[in-house]
Amino acid sequence: MRLFRERAIQSVLFTAAASGILATFGIIFSLAGETLNFFRQVSPLRFFTETEWTPLFSIQKFGIWPLVSATFLTSIIALVIAVPLGLLVATYLSEFASPRLRGVLKPALEVLAGVPTVVFGFFALVVVTPFLQGFIPGISTFNSLSAGLVMGIMILPLVASLSEDAMSSVPAGLREGGYAMGATRFEVATRVVFPAAISGVIASVILALSRAVGETMVVAIAAGQNPTLTLDPRVPVETMTAYIVQVSLGDTPYGSLAYLTIFAVGSMLFLLTLLMNILSHWVVRHFREVYD
Amino acid sequence: MTVDLPALPGADLFNQRLRYRKAQGNVLMILGIASILIGLGVLLLLIADVLIRGLPWISADFFSNFDSRFARSAGIKAAVAGTVYMMFFTIIVALPMGVMAALYLEEYAPDHWVTSFIQINISNLAGVPSIVYGLLGLTVFVRFLELGRSVMAGSLTMALLVLPIIVVATQEALRAVPSGIRDASYGVGATKWQTIWHHVLPHALPGILTGNILAASRAIGETAPLITIGALTFVPFVPNGPLDRFTVLPIQIFNWTSKPQAEFHALAAAAIVILLSVLLLMNSVAIVLRNRAVRRRAG
Repeated sequence: MRLFRERAIQSVLFTAAASGILATFGIIFSLAGETLNFFRQVSPLRFFTETEWTPLFSIQKFGIWPLVSATFLTSIIALVIAVPLGLLVATYLSEFASPRLRGVLKPALEVLAGVPTVVFGFFALVVVTPFLQGFIPGISTFNSLSAGLVMGIMILPLVASLSEDAMSSVPAGLREGGYAMGATRFEVATRVVFPAAISGVIASVILALSRAVGETMVVAIAAGQNPTLTLDPRVPVETMTAYIVQVSLGDTPYGSLAYLTIFAVGSMLFLLTLLMNILSHWVVRHFREVYD
Repeated sequence: MTVDLPALPGADLFNQRLRYRKAQGNVLMILGIASILIGLGVLLLLIADVLIRGLPWISADFFSNFDSRFARSAGIKAAVAGTVYMMFFTIIVALPMGVMAALYLEEYAPDHWVTSFIQINISNLAGVPSIVYGLLGLTVFVRFLELGRSVMAGSLTMALLVLPIIVVATQEALRAVPSGIRDASYGVGATKWQTIWHHVLPHALPGILTGNILAASRAIGETAPLITIGALTFVPFVPNGPLDRFTVLPIQIFNWTSKPQAEFHALAAAAIVILLSVLLLMNSVAIVLRNRAVRRRAG
């Protein structure tokens, strides 16, 4: 009886753990199924070669590139902010700050990471864009610059915290070796610690990019809903995630072509972020310096 | 520290270089502090802005009114009710599932490929963009299980979204339980489950609760997956049950932010003040629990 109960509990727990796998299969099958339905009606050739995205208009074009370019435009702007600032924060926290100060500053930055993305979207549209309009001529109400900048501040804690973890785990002996050779703090930080932690730093940058690419509310609110193939950060664009939001907000009939497009776009988004996440794990595993 | 031997050839040059090399360190430190100040400054600016815009709009009516076409009479009653409903079902589903999954992985799982596959799978799930969970919810819960665009469909979607967070946090809490406690329990003849139920779980409870609160605060602020499964943006009613349609606070904020009038932006700011206050409260509780757990372990 006792044995039976133990067995039963173990199998219940296993079922719960396996449900995570079910979720993954759920994601893959729901995306793949509707994406296949989409490609039955629209050839993949059009999806990958056309340069306009107008599935909701009467003349339908299905080129994914305007959405992809907007996604990467906003994400790159975000990285331009988040990577240098994040790495400086990480270096300061790991190499310069006292443990007490670090104990205060790290949680404070975590608060920044805990603010809901819709709030950052509000901030981008209502505060940052009017501010930018004050000195950048020709910048419109919806633009990728404002969305990218705010997204950069939003993912700064991610870059900072992951890079700081990587730098802190560099053994103290390496630093002491550097100091013993007469190196200054700057030299130890940049030429000993940073190279030793480089795999973790690169992984944090890739994860930040993945987060920015998958980020939805900031770009849906502040970057606009105009699929345009452009690198001009002042004009409205539409990212992949913003397009999914736009279609979801409308009354799109189930099974219609417009309904299917969000799954095709979603698949693209899923594959891109999956690729980046796998890449970042791979970087950590293959380039990590192991010290004993 | 300078080299005090001017007689040595090149000492002047060395000292000059050393000053420069030390200055480099100071510059790096100042840049680091400046970067932190930029991040925290933006946070303060954001909070100040929503307070200034939003506070004058927060009144008793703001909580008791439904959304309206007129900013003056619009409120967050439906959004708050929807958020409470959705979070209730999300926690009911996600907490037991996440804790059970973590228990299996930490306490039972044999060390072979199925286990590591599940583990890798869970960490990958944490990296999936939240809007993709919305697409999953749309096909599986809204269409396939025919729950419609209901509270329940939203809760189940959200439960899957926070599951990886709960599993990882619970695993960490379980790993922190000293093995002596397990050994002592086995020593007096307890079975594996008795050991877990009576000794391991109570010991790990503060850590598990902290993880769950953090997961819940993530779910409370999520917007994109709920828009995708079709939660409404204009809801002048309180959901009647788990199968009714609904809206939540972040969607209400999104809806008001999307309107061109400054009045609605002020309403959005007011709703943000409420949302951030709730999050602050939840996080404070989580921090108190964590500190208490750390103190108990140390004492």
